[in-house]
Amino acid sequence: MSKILIVAEHDGSALNISTAKCVSCAQAIGGDIDIAVLGQGIDAVAAEAAKLNGVNRVVSVSAAQLEHPLAANWAPEVAALADDYTHLLGPSTTFGKDLMPRVAALLGVNQFSDVMEVQDDGSFKRPIYAGNAIIEVRAPEGTKVVMTVRTASWSQAEAGGSADVESREASTGGAGHTRWVGLQSGGDGERPDLQSAPMVVSGGRALGSAEKFEVIYQFADKLGAAVGASRAAVDAGYVPNDMQVGQTGKIIAPDLYWAFGISGAIQHITGIKDAGTIVAVNKDAEAPIFEVADIGLVGDLFTVIPEIEEQLG
Amino acid sequence: MKILVGIKRVVDYNVRVRVLPDGSGVDTDGVKMSVNPFDEIALEEALRIKEAGNAEEVVVVSAGGDECQQQLRTGLAMGADRAIQIRTDGPIQPLAAARALLKIVEREEPGLVILGKQAIDDDNNQTGQMLAALWDRPQATFASKVVLDGDKATVTREVDAGLETIEVDLPAVITTDLRLNEPRFVKLPDIMKAKRKPLDTVEFGELGVETGPDLQIGSHSPPPQRQKGIMVDSAEALVKELKNRGLL
Ligand SMILES: Cc1cc2nc3c(=O)[nH]c(=O)nc-3n(C[C@H](O)[C@H](O)[C@H](O)COP(=O)(O)OP(=O)(O)OC[C@H]3O[C@@H](n4cnc5c(N)ncnc54)[C@H](O)[C@@H]3O)c2cc1C
Ligand SMILES: Nc1ncnc2c1ncn2[C@@H]1O[C@H](COP(=O)(O)O)[C@@H](O)[C@H]1O
Repeated sequence: MSKILIVAEHDGSALNISTAKCVSCAQAIGGDIDIAVLGQGIDAVAAEAAKLNGVNRVVSVSAAQLEHPLAANWAPEVAALADDYTHLLGPSTTFGKDLMPRVAALLGVNQFSDVMEVQDDGSFKRPIYAGNAIIEVRAPEGTKVVMTVRTASWSQAEAGGSADVESREASTGGAGHTRWVGLQSGGDGERPDLQSAPMVVSGGRALGSAEKFEVIYQFADKLGAAVGASRAAVDAGYVPNDMQVGQTGKIIAPDLYWAFGISGAIQHITGIKDAGTIVAVNKDAEAPIFEVADIGLVGDLFTVIPEIEEQLG
Repeated sequence: MKILVGIKRVVDYNVRVRVLPDGSGVDTDGVKMSVNPFDEIALEEALRIKEAGNAEEVVVVSAGGDECQQQLRTGLAMGADRAIQIRTDGPIQPLAAARALLKIVEREEPGLVILGKQAIDDDNNQTGQMLAALWDRPQATFASKVVLDGDKATVTREVDAGLETIEVDLPAVITTDLRLNEPRFVKLPDIMKAKRKPLDTVEFGELGVETGPDLQIGSHSPPPQRQKGIMVDSAEALVKELKNRGLL
């Protein structure tokens, strides 16, 4: 039977929802599911992880060198836990993408990146070429499986369980050659989180400036939606990098996605393919975004947005 | 200091990749091939560090068949001093690429290795982290800013929560994100000059590294298609449609 260890993502005080999504993926694999919570002073996070349905046990390792998720310090610690497990899972967020390949290398295996579907305990589906192709990949017999879980493909496991929490001493001392300096968060923290919001409003290059991007923020606020952007809007400095949606930004799956002034490059589309409904407003009727939009409207966003707002009252 | 830059030959990012009808792979016949965009950014960063007087030599390295010499030549035309091809029979997986790169690192002893954060063909996003693990050195992934100071580098990283800054001792592995820089264009005279720059080939088989265990790649399929949508002609119709669907 599979023994699965999920490496929890958290900010020191609360669990990131990506962890509950990894639990769903682990349930699809089947077997005993444990969660590793690494960090410093993480009792609250460990307790939160213990409540996720389907979790067998939480292993918590608290140490000064684990305070921030530096892969160089965390990977040896995760690898040290790996003996007891057949599968090691992390989310396909920047946290998991940074950490899990380092763990895989220490264990001498390749990683399954962005797992979107489980076929059996050793065979998985994942996207390549910006989602233009889906491949089946199988683990060679008798090897450990290390993977990142494509969060947009999985629902969150619910809270309601009560797993045991087991505290362990750190077995490694920290690399010393890598030091955490600081984190500057992009958003103001007031708006819904882009990766979990049921509704997202995004703007592209068409917005033209940071000032004009305000129409997107105001519209989103009116709807209680999170705000996203295309790479072009981020590159041009209209919005911070953590708002980029796409192949190399965030892969999201809201119920409703609004794309204003976004052309629909494949690298952007790959980030919204799992959205329930896509609405596109673009002044070019030939824009590729209309090929994937569920509802399209050809028009100037600067006139269409006020009109929609008026309709909403 | 010497800087080593990894270059992978990939299908150009503008190509709409299609799955072969028999599911055996994707159609790469006659398709435009390029330097992986993140590797161009990696090379640009290395060249800027050299131009700022903080490095003496920039070496580009690619593991692949002889076709990848084209992309190494592009790297030389951009301004790299030297190129190394690790000749392989077919594509290799990230762990093998990292092991092979480690052998080159041990020979060349660079102060910095810069790779792309991901190759846009397999979208693996693994090789840099694996190389750093096997080398037992720091990794600074998804870099959007690199500041060198003696034997240290301060790197700003694009993370989901915003911008994270870490400090690493050199030597280290850095992987690039999109906003680190804008790569320069190659000029014609540089292409001519690049022909005379050294390009050495080493056989993968002679490096003494193992490839396995490789993941077994099975069938390829096209992504699920979204249902064809509708067009509306006014904001009013749009809102009505969304309300009908219970989305507003
Ligand atoms: C390696 C790589 C990775 C990438 N990763 C990503 C990624 O993760 N995410 C991403 O988004 N991109 C990514 N890109 C970039 C991508 O290829 C496109 O360049 C980018 O998505 C374009 O952004 P855009 O649609 O905002 O701009 P444009 O393509 O310039 O489109 C602007 C659109 O706005 C429309 N428009 C203009 N004015 C108005 C108006 N007043 N009202 C309505 N419509 C208007 C135009 O008709 C046009 O369709 C990547 C590229 C590469 C090479
Ligand atoms: N065959 C290769 N030759 C040279 N560099 C490579 C090769 N494969 C991967 N890399 C480097 O590793 C980065 C990440 O690749 P990947 O882990 O495959 O997504 C790329 O952007 C390259 O810089």
